[in-house]
Amino acid sequence: MGVLSEFFKGLRVTGRVLVDTVTGDGLVTTKYPEEFRQKPQRFHGRHVLNRYPDGMEKCIGCELCAGACPARCIYVRGADNPPDEPVAPGERFGYVYEINMLRCIFCGLCVEACPTEAITMSSLFEMSTWNREDAIYTKDELLMRPDGSVPHMFPDDPLARHKELETADGWLRATAPSGVAAYEGVQGWQGTPGRANWDPEPDQEARDA
Amino acid sequence: MDVVDVLFVIGRVLAVFVLLLVVTILNVWLERKILADMQNRVGPDRAGPWGILQTVADGLKLFFKEQITPRKVEYGLYVLAPFLAVIPAFLMFMVVPFGRPITIGGREVPLQGADLNIGLLFILAMSSIAVYAVVLAGWSSGSKYPLLGGVRATAQAISYEAAMGIAMVSVVMFSATTGPDGTLSLAAIVERQAGTYDMTIPFLQWADFIPRWNLWPQFVAFVIFLIAIVAETNRAPFDLVEAEQELVGGFHTEYSGMRFAMYFLAEYVNIFSMSAICATLFLGGWTGPTFDGQIPALFSALLPFVWFLIKTYAIIFLFFWIRATLPRMRYDQLMQLGWKRLIPGALIWLMVSTVVIAFRQFGPPWS
Repeated sequence: MGVLSEFFKGLRVTGRVLVDTVTGDGLVTTKYPEEFRQKPQRFHGRHVLNRYPDGMEKCIGCELCAGACPARCIYVRGADNPPDEPVAPGERFGYVYEINMLRCIFCGLCVEACPTEAITMSSLFEMSTWNREDAIYTKDELLMRPDGSVPHMFPDDPLARHKELETADGWLRATAPSGVAAYEGVQGWQGTPGRANWDPEPDQEARDA
Repeated sequence: MDVVDVLFVIGRVLAVFVLLLVVTILNVWLERKILADMQNRVGPDRAGPWGILQTVADGLKLFFKEQITPRKVEYGLYVLAPFLAVIPAFLMFMVVPFGRPITIGGREVPLQGADLNIGLLFILAMSSIAVYAVVLAGWSSGSKYPLLGGVRATAQAISYEAAMGIAMVSVVMFSATTGPDGTLSLAAIVERQAGTYDMTIPFLQWADFIPRWNLWPQFVAFVIFLIAIVAETNRAPFDLVEAEQELVGGFHTEYSGMRFAMYFLAEYVNIFSMSAICATLFLGGWTGPTFDGQIPALFSALLPFVWFLIKTYAIIFLFFWIRATLPRMRYDQLMQLGWKRLIPGALIWLMVSTVVIAFRQFGPPWS
């Protein structure tokens, strides 16, 4: 009776999974809006434009990111710094900075291309919009605030979770005006915006939690 | 037969109707939840506590959806078919006793829609009529996939109904030996399964708690019946009629809105009815310890209903478990199982039990 034994073998598998799931061990899905999966530490989320500790923007408008972008989704136009109140150190700054999130493939080549580490990636991934225009992120949404947090695309949206934006990137905060000025340059454990609450690695300390 | 009796009849029928609707709502949710648990998922949990109102939400959605009628349908039959699915499904449960008869104001009220003396025949008749719904839906839709589903339904239902009927016959024959006469009434078949075996063999006396269900002497019939009712209700692994991957939705491809919901309702009512009939025939229906006199009379009256639900849901759980486990059968495999295994098996079992019953009643033929 090969068929019967196979039948009961199958029933045993599903029965065991049922018991596992009910007791809470085997559950592999999460209740997404309430519970979050841990994202990888080097998760490629939405971009953030960083600032120097004194509030200056890091972007110098060199368009290397736009050149590196394989999807051609970044549009940068540089401009000369106003001499009396400069936006970025040096001659030029990013006057227009737009990323089309519908075209972006989140490869991170722009981050590697950037000579001043002006553009980095966060762990934020909820970027749905009601229309295509809203998917084009401009400097208003990309540039970090002086306290190191990230602006929300739709601050008035009832579903917007501002709390997860408050957890600024450790790197961002160390270099933010209100951040840890005595950042020692040690790549320790870093929290990131977006819910990716990883515990520090065994040999790292939660320096910028 | 006065006004009060008529009111009691109406009340019973309404009670059965409401019971079926409520268990259908619960069963759809329960099936999705159990399937989810068997696949390491959470399942529906948004509507109400634990998502228990999910079916209500789905029903409301279907209620307000547009009923699209394709141009090529045979309109009369197309509209009639969903009703042909729902009405027999509800009628089938009417003959199933779901509790011990209770006495209200000196009148004995059987907890059953109607105690027909041809109950089992009625069940077979209703389940045959339900096939018409699928066949007519497939034919009147004027489309290829429903037609294929309808053709499959005809062949499948006919071949499995035969096995189901033969399995029923051996149960009826057996229950004729435990009572004064042969009967097709489900109420009588249940009452003959009441009590436990009184073990006369000394070293088996510890086993005197085993109830006198038809399950033990008719185990083969039980297995055949179980397989047949899974096929009869078009459930996995016998759901070729509505095989989504090959036939889009099978016979209900061209139905939408409330008409589709009626097929859905009929399927789940059928699952409950068939499981209830299985529990009635083999697992002793509502019989079980009622602790008369030891606990309040209300609880004693309710306990048989609870036993009935527990037994029915055990079989329904088996339905869901099998659906989560087995892949859909191929069509020729389905036909082979029906005609080459189940029907001969049922016939052989019928002969065996006939011989045993005759042997026990009349003694060996050479004496």
